[in-house]
Parts: sequence; C-alpha cells; structure tokens
Amino acid sequence: MSLLLTAAQTVGPFVSIGFEKAAVPDVAPAGVAGERVVIAGKIFDGDGQPVTDAVIETWQANSYGKYAHPDDAQEKLLEESFRGFGRVLADAQGGFRLATIKPGAVAGPDGKEQAPHITVVIFMRGLLKHLMTRIYFPDDAANVADAVLNLVPAARRSTLVATKAADGTLQWNVHLQGPKETVFFDY
Amino acid sequence: MSNVNPYRKSYFNTQPDYLYPAYRSTVKRAPMQPLVQMPQTLSEITGPLFTARDVTEADSDLTVQHAGEPLGERMIVSGRLLDEGGKPVPHALMEMWQANASGRYRHLVDSHDAPLDPNFTGFGRVVTDAQGNYRFKTIKPGAYPWRNHFNAWRPAHLHFSLFGQGFAQRLVTQMYFPGDPLLDFDPMYMSVPDDKARSRLVSSFDWENTLPEYAIAYRFDIILRGRDATPMEKKEQKK
Repeated sequence: MSLLLTAAQTVGPFVSIGFEKAAVPDVAPAGVAGERVVIAGKIFDGDGQPVTDAVIETWQANSYGKYAHPDDAQEKLLEESFRGFGRVLADAQGGFRLATIKPGAVAGPDGKEQAPHITVVIFMRGLLKHLMTRIYFPDDAANVADAVLNLVPAARRSTLVATKAADGTLQWNVHLQGPKETVFFDY
Repeated sequence: MSNVNPYRKSYFNTQPDYLYPAYRSTVKRAPMQPLVQMPQTLSEITGPLFTARDVTEADSDLTVQHAGEPLGERMIVSGRLLDEGGKPVPHALMEMWQANASGRYRHLVDSHDAPLDPNFTGFGRVVTDAQGNYRFKTIKPGAYPWRNHFNAWRPAHLHFSLFGQGFAQRLVTQMYFPGDPLLDFDPMYMSVPDDKARSRLVSSFDWENTLPEYAIAYRFDIILRGRDATPMEKKEQKK
C-alpha cells in the first residue's frame, strides 16, 4: 500500500499567525545540563535584503547526545524537561535569536559519532517547501571528521558553522542565494 | 546504531520545486546551488513529539475563541494524518491558520481592504488521536487579492503545519475547497507538477460529518513521508 505524499505549500506572508503561539526561543529550561549558548543571525534573500517573514525551527539532542524520542536507542542520559525543539520568528530587521545548550555528539551514519549539530528547517513566503540545513559549532575538533559536513564541498562548509562573536554569541546567518549561499540538504 | 530506518523520498513531480517564477517571491528566495544529498541519521528521523496536554479543547474550535461568534459560514474540517504506508500518525501536532470570512488575515502586513472580525483570530491547533484522526471547527475563509500579478486572487484555503514523528516528516501545506474556479489561476496551487498530487490538496465535501442545521463539513486527509519496509518485514517477504 502506498498513499501519495501530500504536496508542500508555502507558509505565506502571514506565517506568524500560525507559528507565533508555539514559538520556543528558549530551548533549554533552567536546570538542563550543558553549555548555554545563544545563536543569533539574519536571513538574507538574493538581493541581500533581510527576510522578515521567516521562521526557523531547530531540533537537537541534549548535552549528553540523547534525543527525546523513542527511536533513539543510544544508552545515554535523558532529561525529562528537555524536548529539544526550538522555533524563532524573524523580527522586523530579519534577525532571529535562539537560546539553547550545545548538544552532545550523537550516533552517525558510519558508526562514528557526529560532531555536535542542530538540525534546522526554514519556512518563509516564497519557499514552496521548507529548506533543511544544520548548524555546527565553532572550534569543535569533531567537525573535521563529521560524515555529513564531509559531504559538503569544502568551500561551502563554513556556511554551516556558526562563528563566535566578541560577546560570546554564536553568529549564524542564512544566505538564500549569492556567493555565500548557505548549504541546504536533501534527505 | 549506524542503521537508521529512513523515511522515503517523494515521488517524481509530487512536490513543488523551490524556483517557480510564476510565484514571484520564489525568484529571490529559492536556493540556486544544488541541494547536498545526505543520508538520514538519528538527527533527521527523530523530532519533537507532542501530547494532548500541549493543546486545549478551544484550540481546535476557532468559533469559540472570543466573546462572540465569528461571521461567516461555519464548517467542520476533519480527516486523518497517515504516512505513505497508510499507517496512522498519532499524537502529532497540527497547526492551522487562515483568513476570516471576508478574506482578511489578522496580521499587520495584510493591507486588503476587507473587514477584520473582532471574534476571529484564525489560528487553531490539535494533536491527532491514537488513530491519527483530527477535527477542527471554524468558518470558511474568503478568497483574497495579492500582488503577484495583475488581478491575482488566492483561492480560499487553510494553512496546515504538521509535525510527524521525525523532523524528516515535517510538512506545511494548504487545503483548498472543491470546485473553486480560482485554483487553475493560482501559482501556488499550480506549482505542484503532478496532476494527481495537486488535486489531493483539494478537500472533499463530507456529507457524513455535516451537522444538520449547523455546519457543512469537509474532509482532508494528509499524508506524511513513510518508511520503507523495516528489515524484519523484508525478511518475511522473502520466505
């Protein structure tokens, strides 16, 4: 039996009506273990203009590298108060800001652990279906050997790795087009 | 732990492309570089799970969220959330948003000269039951103009956002109404290349769930990505 997958359609310009109520700008409640990080950035269109009607959703493991999901069979510590889902809406300047913890490493496709990363989907007017990407962390030694990062042409890998600003904030911008176009995945 | 059971890729032409110039906003927002193909890992096959505790009763009834009843044609929209294998997707969060009966959204950037309804927000959500069933009560949204091209009108529609059980199943779509003459002129609807996949975005009139002297019902089933047979099932098929 096979049913036809429902086609994606754009969220349109009024996406905040649907997504605002369940926004999750702070992923890790107090008491959750791990290094606290703030990831901030902007989304730019092909003209370099900020996108003000986008939504970024994130999914991540806890600091022990465990997903709050029954399909994660890794024997690692689960924290009841940590779901691992984030959702932020772009502001009037196209900026977003997500507070969370740095996830631990999780099992990867080659039997080795993946470098710590956050799974990201992006919705906006003008996207008939969402974009899928990842955020990696700056100066993490595991990035070099990460199986997924190594599928990306070397010159484009940096679009997936946040950079550390002077105030400690992790900066991660999304470029939809142009020479700095962010790597988007298909899986 | 290297073997995850991945979700299937969609069939050819059943999903829109990112770049679809007839929908003008795609031109500066569609990625130009090829997507990087990657295998699904634990990070993609897992995703946030929800329970009925994440929503309230009134969340799925858009006609009771204010002091008075909203204007417009009351309707019931219900259906099932299934995967491609026909398996129900239980305990999944569905978010829905829409224009009011006049075709106006409660949003700052909606400049359409049509009245707002003080009794209508246009947002609802529900968590599917153990069989993947869902049900909303709302009012039928109006069509509205947009500036994509000369005399452009969006057919009446509901926006649906679905969380399955893994991030790879995430889907946002729109539901349309049967017999709407605007559909064939709508670039968003027409962006789905396959005729059958496109027509599945149109709900059907639902006599069984129509409430006498109260509200017309529409049925809309939503299909998320399914998985290929599990290794266990494959082995059994060989026998």
